[in-house]
Amino acid sequence: MCSRNILSVGLTVILSLGVGNLWAGETIDRQERTHRYGIGQAATDQELQAWNIDVAPTGEGLPPGQGTVQEGATLFAARCAACHGATGQEGPMDRLVGGAGTLGSQQPIKTIGSYWPYATTLYDYIHRAMPFSAPQSLSPDEVYSVVAWLLHQNGIINKDLVLNAQSLPAITMPNRHGFVQDPRPDVPKP
Amino acid sequence: MTRRLETDEPAGDETRPEEEGTSLLNRRSLLAGAASMMGTIMLQSVTGSAEAATPVAQDDPTRVPGKIPSPYGQRSAFETATRKLRAQSASLTPLQDSHGILTPSALHFERHHNGVPTINPAHHRLLVHGLVDQPWTFTLDDLKRFPAVSRLAFIECSGNSAIEWRRPTGKTVQETHGLTSTSEWTGVALKTLLREVGMSPEASWMLAEGSDAAAMTRSLPLDSVLEEALVCYAQNGEPLRPEQGYPLRLVIPGWEGNTCIKWLRRLKLGRAPFMTREETSHYTDLMPDGTARQFTMIMDAKSVITAPSGGQRIQQGFIEIRGLAWSGRGRITEVEVSVDGGRSWQRAVLQDPVLPKCHTRFYLPWRWNGEDVILQSRCQDETGYRQPDHAALVAVRGTNSFYHYNAIQSWQIAADGRVSHVQS
Repeated sequence: MCSRNILSVGLTVILSLGVGNLWAGETIDRQERTHRYGIGQAATDQELQAWNIDVAPTGEGLPPGQGTVQEGATLFAARCAACHGATGQEGPMDRLVGGAGTLGSQQPIKTIGSYWPYATTLYDYIHRAMPFSAPQSLSPDEVYSVVAWLLHQNGIINKDLVLNAQSLPAITMPNRHGFVQDPRPDVPKP
Repeated sequence: MTRRLETDEPAGDETRPEEEGTSLLNRRSLLAGAASMMGTIMLQSVTGSAEAATPVAQDDPTRVPGKIPSPYGQRSAFETATRKLRAQSASLTPLQDSHGILTPSALHFERHHNGVPTINPAHHRLLVHGLVDQPWTFTLDDLKRFPAVSRLAFIECSGNSAIEWRRPTGKTVQETHGLTSTSEWTGVALKTLLREVGMSPEASWMLAEGSDAAAMTRSLPLDSVLEEALVCYAQNGEPLRPEQGYPLRLVIPGWEGNTCIKWLRRLKLGRAPFMTREETSHYTDLMPDGTARQFTMIMDAKSVITAPSGGQRIQQGFIEIRGLAWSGRGRITEVEVSVDGGRSWQRAVLQDPVLPKCHTRFYLPWRWNGEDVILQSRCQDETGYRQPDHAALVAVRGTNSFYHYNAIQSWQIAADGRVSHVQS
C-alpha cells in the first residue's frame, strides 16, 4: 500500500506543476516514474491457484500430500524410465543418478545427486515440466514419490523417509554449496 | 546487393560436394550468375535437386504484366536461406546469408524447452503477483494500452557456440554462431507494469514464467532488469512470431536468451531467487575446480565474420569482409579484422546505426591474392571489454562450462578459395 500512496502523491505533484506536454488535459510522463494508468483487473483466486505453482527452497509453494521411495520406484519405471533409463543413468535423456565427485574432472557428470543444490527444485520441475509428453499430469503424491525415489537412488535419503511439505525442504543436497556468483569480466585483457 | 561472393564452379556441375550448409550459398551464387548471363532461370536444372516448387522467371519481365498485390508478402521463390534445425529444440539463423543488422522474423533463431505452444491471444493473461499491492492480471488489449516502447536488441542463446569449447566443430557460421538474432521489439516497459501493480519495496527478485509445456521459468534480479526489460507483444512491426513467444514475451536486452521468457503468463515478485531448475542445474557454468557460476546473465562482447565464412568459396580479387559484433554490456566501439591469423589487425568500418546491446555490422575491404590465409575478427565494447581468443578463455574457464563461449573465430581460406573453420 505504501508504494501506491507514494506514487499517487508523486502524480499529484507532477500534475500540479504541469511538467511535460499537456495533451487532452493530462500530463503523461514518458519516463514512467510516477504514473498509474488504471489498466488491468484484480486476479481471481482461481487464476492464482491455477498458475502459482513455483516451489521455493524454503518449501513455500509445496502442496499437501506425501510420497515414498517404494511408490516412486513403480512410477519412475512406468512414467520416466523410457527417457531416463531404468536406474536413472542410462538415458537417452538427461542422466539423473550418480556422478558424485566428477564435477571437477575432465568428464563431469551433472546429475541430481552430483549437481542440483536444492531438493525442492525437484518437486517444482517434475511437477511443472515432466513427464515430457504429459507435463503437469502427476498428482502431488506422485511427484513426492518420484522425488523420493530419485533422492534415494542418489544415496541422499534412506528408503523409509516419507516426503512431504515438511521433510522435503529439510534435505541438504550434496552440491548445496557448489555455486558461486558471476565474477565476469574474468578473462585478462589481451 | 550489388556485390556478391561468387563460386568459381560452373553452373550445372553436379559433381561438387553438397556439403551441408554450403549448398544454399552456392545455389544462390550460381543463380545470380545464371540470371545475368542467360536471363532465364530454372532452379531445378541448376541445382539438380528435387525442389518442390520450381520458380520460373520471365525472359524479359518488362514485357509481361506482373502479379497483383497480395495480403501478406512472401520472399522471392528464388531465395532459399533457412534456419538449420538442431535436435528438436533449437534452430539456427543463417548468418552467412544475413545483411545489415536485422534478422527477418522468419529466420530468428529458436530455442524452446518443450515445443511451441498455440495460444489464443484473446484468452491469454499476464498475472503479476507476489510482493505487490494486489495480484493483478492484464489482457493483451490491456497491455497494448500502456505507453509503447520499441528498441532494437539482439537476443543470443547462452549456448551459442557452445560446441566450440574443445575444438573447431561447426562448419558454417550458422552452426558456430547461429543462435543470435536481432529484432525490433515493441511492448510495455516492465517498470511501467510493476508500478501499475504497486511493487513492494521489499521485492528484489522476479520469477518470470512461460505458458509453454515446460512452463519455462527464470528468477531475475529486479534491480538489474527494471531499467531495460520490456514485456513485448511485437517484433519487427507485427505481433511476435509463435516461436518467439506469441503473444507475449519478456525481452531483457543483453541478457542470455533463456531469461527472455517466451509465452509469458506470470510475473511473481519475491525476496529471493526461486531456484528453479533452469538457474540451478541447467543454465549454470561449470568451472575447472568443480564449482559452478550461477546467474551468469549477461552476454559478453563477441564478433564473427559472416562472409567469407565456413563452407563458402571465394575468388581472387576484391572481397568485402563482412561480419557482426554485439555486446550485452553496451555499444560496440571497435572491431578489428586480421587476415594473417592474428599477427596484425586492421580497424573495420562500423555501419551506422551502432546501437547498445544490438548487432553491429562491420566491413573491411580486402583483396585476396590466392594465398592460404586465416581471417579473424575481434571487438571491444564501451566498457573497455575486449573479445578474448580461445586460449585465454579456456585458460580461465576450462572446457566444461558450456555456456557463454565468445572467443575469436578463425576462418581459413585455402589456396582453392574454400573457407573452413580452424582454431588459431
